[in-house]
Amino acid sequence: MRKFTQHTGIVAPLDRANVDTDMIIPKQFLKSIKRAGFGPNLFDELRYLDEGQPDQDCSGRPLNPDFVLNQPRYAGASVLLARKNFGCGSSREHAPWALDDYGFRAIIAPSFADIFYNNCFKNGLLPIVLSEAQVDQLFQEVEAAEGYQLTVDLERQVVVTPSGEAFAFEVDGFRKHCLLEGLDDIGLTLQHADAIKAYEARRRQEAPWLFDAIHN
Amino acid sequence: MAGKTLYDKLWDAHLVRENEDGSALIYIDRQILHEVTSPQAFEGLRLAGRKPWRIDANLATPDHNVPTTARAGGVDEIADPVSRIQVKTLDANCDDFGIVEFKMNDARQGIVHVVGPEQGMTLPGSTVVCGDSHTSTHGAFGALAHGIGTSEVEHVLATQCLIAKKMKNMLVRVDGELGPGVTAKDVVLHIIGVIGTAGGTGCAIEFGGSAIRSISMEGRMTICNMAIEAGARVGLVAVDDKTIEYFKDRPFSPKGEQWERAVEAWKELVSDEDAQFDHVVEICAEDIKPQVTWGTSPEMVVPVDATVPNPEREADPVKAEGIRRALQYMGLSADQKITDIRLDRVFIGSCTNSRIEDLRAAAEVVKGRKVAPTLKQALVVPGSGLVKAQAEQEGLDKIFIEAGLEWREPGCSMCLAMNPDKLGQGEHCASTSNRNFEGRQGFGGRTHLVSPAMAAAAAIAGHFVDVREMMNQ
Repeated sequence: MRKFTQHTGIVAPLDRANVDTDMIIPKQFLKSIKRAGFGPNLFDELRYLDEGQPDQDCSGRPLNPDFVLNQPRYAGASVLLARKNFGCGSSREHAPWALDDYGFRAIIAPSFADIFYNNCFKNGLLPIVLSEAQVDQLFQEVEAAEGYQLTVDLERQVVVTPSGEAFAFEVDGFRKHCLLEGLDDIGLTLQHADAIKAYEARRRQEAPWLFDAIHN
Repeated sequence: MAGKTLYDKLWDAHLVRENEDGSALIYIDRQILHEVTSPQAFEGLRLAGRKPWRIDANLATPDHNVPTTARAGGVDEIADPVSRIQVKTLDANCDDFGIVEFKMNDARQGIVHVVGPEQGMTLPGSTVVCGDSHTSTHGAFGALAHGIGTSEVEHVLATQCLIAKKMKNMLVRVDGELGPGVTAKDVVLHIIGVIGTAGGTGCAIEFGGSAIRSISMEGRMTICNMAIEAGARVGLVAVDDKTIEYFKDRPFSPKGEQWERAVEAWKELVSDEDAQFDHVVEICAEDIKPQVTWGTSPEMVVPVDATVPNPEREADPVKAEGIRRALQYMGLSADQKITDIRLDRVFIGSCTNSRIEDLRAAAEVVKGRKVAPTLKQALVVPGSGLVKAQAEQEGLDKIFIEAGLEWREPGCSMCLAMNPDKLGQGEHCASTSNRNFEGRQGFGGRTHLVSPAMAAAAAIAGHFVDVREMMNQ
């Protein structure tokens, strides 16, 4: 997995609560059997005026000029600012894949849906929870200043504004460690193979019906 | 020391090891795989040269992409080439790794969350995961079940474990007696209306109380299915006699002496009387009426006899803006009566409401009546091949067809419109599914979530109607 240590980038403000994963990447694009290439279809229904199709070249499609990512001042944005309950709905990991493929490295919101939050960490994308008041302030600052950038420092667990104001955020120790080092979860878990086998041996005694049951 | 909740018991029984920061490895007894969220996981295993830890913990079936029209031509005749590749990829991956799969034309194929319990794959006291957020459905049986992302699908395949952190405990207690025509779907929509779509975030919700106890296993599945729409990855209902009865003689259920032992263990799967919950919500069953969603989030729900909200009367400016945006997308006006919403299509199906009891409830309403001529389509999509066969044995298919509804092959269908069943732009649909998000059922489509009985009543009337009025006729 790609490491995340520190990142500075342009902020795009998406002023909506309850942004769901259908909105982030609509279902027709989930038919892909690949992990990459979802960026052009990120927020497809908000971003374009027509209905997008899988494997379509998006360069000639009519853009919705009102949508934040289509405004020239937010070109190249890599930090997304949003409202509460971001990423609610389905478990599709295609949502963080699409955000990542577009170029986002961090998402700041007052709260995230659980599955989406978890999926981000598996893909080197950092979801950051700040308070409603802090998020409000950031929305105001972004809208007031073209080219507004934030610095996210995972090691120090702070978001730093251009004026030097720093907002601290929480992150689990284990997740932080994996992101900072770019570690592969599966490899880490397999280091505990003996503990898994010991659990299985005990569990087989307690609940043997949970083993060897699913077969043709 | 306080007693344990059902969730505490399930967590403790599956804990392999715990890290200092509270993150843990928990053991996964069952994984269900489908075509949309598994291809990249199998690919990841291959790239790393890894093998599944335990083949016999997995079961696969294609459901999201499959057509619901005649399938005699098999997978090769799935019209959409991208869908076809995805279903074929699942078949090939399961064949390669030796995973049991109910392929598209297997009589047992169906929606993952209908098939798992129906086969006795899901069992009380087990942990169940699937790359689908509606895996919460299986919590109806006292199983710890939740949706996961594709990286985690790969992680479970490779290690039989999940890296997890313990959630908080929330109890939603529904006491009292549900009125006639008020179903499990209305209960869960009402709960979401009360606690909101993020009300259960970070929590495992246990649904308890006398009204929940009185609900069938199918109904409990409907309620746990939509726990995720209240923000909770996990929904749970304690084990009782109905739960145990449900698993008798299922293909993958324990047999003989093991059955006796299992039943003894399952009886412990209730929250202790002195268990402490972090949050408790109490709801009176008598307050619940048939529900209809009017907006683009499941919390945007009102009783059928109500009106569409007016943003001018909402004090919170973010919420008011949300209402305005939803009204615009849905093509509705503030203060409009719910019963005045005219419909273009009706969809009865999905992992929320496609089991036999749902089909019986819908059939009872449409029996001897005709679908409104203004409707473009009314679809009935059973949740599995076995549900379909049971319904046909009971003659429900004939009732639907005679009334003018279409009787289809099993799959996810118009719930998320990955197959050809979808809404056109601007069309209103009474749907028994679980999400009314923008574009969910088709680009520009407008979804209203309701119970099967309410969807059936709406199909007859051509607009929303209180099913209780129809029941008295």
